[in-house]
Amino acid sequence: MTEIQHHLTEDLIVAYAAGTLGHAFSVVVAAHFSLCDECRSQLEAHEHLGGAVLEDLTQETVSVGLKSAVLAGIDLPAPPEPTRITRSGIYPSAIMTALKGRPPKWKPVGGGIRQCIIEQGAEGSLRLLYIPPGRAVPDHGHGGLELTLVLQGSFHDASGAFKAGDVEVATEDVQHVPIAGEGMACICLAASDAPLRFRGWLPRLLQPMFRI
Amino acid sequence: MRHRESHVTEPLPHAEPLARPLSQQTVLLLDVRDNRSRAAFGQLFDYYAPRLKGMLLRAGMRSGQAEDVVQEVMLSIWRKADQFDPARAQASAWIYRIAKNRQIDMIRRENRPLPDELVAAEEPSVDDAGDVLALDQEGTRLRAALARLTPEQRAVIEQAYMGELSHSEITAQTGLPLGTIKSRIRLALERLRHDLKDLR
Repeated sequence: MTEIQHHLTEDLIVAYAAGTLGHAFSVVVAAHFSLCDECRSQLEAHEHLGGAVLEDLTQETVSVGLKSAVLAGIDLPAPPEPTRITRSGIYPSAIMTALKGRPPKWKPVGGGIRQCIIEQGAEGSLRLLYIPPGRAVPDHGHGGLELTLVLQGSFHDASGAFKAGDVEVATEDVQHVPIAGEGMACICLAASDAPLRFRGWLPRLLQPMFRI
Repeated sequence: MRHRESHVTEPLPHAEPLARPLSQQTVLLLDVRDNRSRAAFGQLFDYYAPRLKGMLLRAGMRSGQAEDVVQEVMLSIWRKADQFDPARAQASAWIYRIAKNRQIDMIRRENRPLPDELVAAEEPSVDDAGDVLALDQEGTRLRAALARLTPEQRAVIEQAYMGELSHSEITAQTGLPLGTIKSRIRLALERLRHDLKDLR
């Protein structure tokens, strides 16, 4: 495991632990936990706090029959667990699950850059990006929060250099021009809670076509 | 075979006396894991079912749906007890995670994205009594710190961990000493990765 420099923020970890983080962000966060023991142990520390709060919670009376139903249930053979889709190559289990177990289907978006949209909806978007070495992704801002996890290669922008396993947490005021590092092509997973807006009229016209 | 020292409340005659026994719920869960004790499982139900129902109602579920999830969570505890690692989690932390997984699967009708599993399936790892106790002590310290919060601070923590606050409403600083428990878990993860490497 390489040393990871850019980690998740604590509010993202708490929201994941409590189950209030949206699906697209949760995929990025769970994939980062798979690569970063520092953040994974922080998650489990927060789960201890969740467990402590649970212990002190107001108790709600449960139905009379619930306990006997559960006790009867443990004698029945367990239903087969749905098989979890496991990691494949550079893609942790959470990403492979979002891809439904299939390899990404790349679509060219110009300049040698390719993308694979995994989900896009009212809640936001989740996609994989493939950026050839040295190439820049057009200057873009975004409506809200954007998380970018590097899976292979590296990129750099005004806020620093990001290598495999690193995650960039960019808020709406960040205008960034990510440039892929030399060597291997950069593959990253990006989630945002709003459609991306490119700066300049031409890319904006192209945006609906390419769904960037 | 697993070590059995880690879950007995009374020190064994030939063992180092424990500074304090493990938390009651962790002891019960280890009894379920190691001995498939139905009595211990019944006690876990009595303790957790009303609290889990409380958590699920606070997350906005109806009573019937909440009880369905409680039932599934309790059955998961029985079936997945062999995955419980007391060097990494106290019973309540482990159960909190299972309950959140089930809650999200139920509400969203799709599986919660999860980190890669780090469980060695064939050979259950051996509990290290010292590690288990050290983690438990950190859990006790965390509860003490939680008890010292003002009612207002306490209410915010409850809202955040019970799932009543959105991501943007959660403020980063809890002011609670999570660093030491995190370091303990980090050590357990490193050991697990080392063990997994040996198995390959």
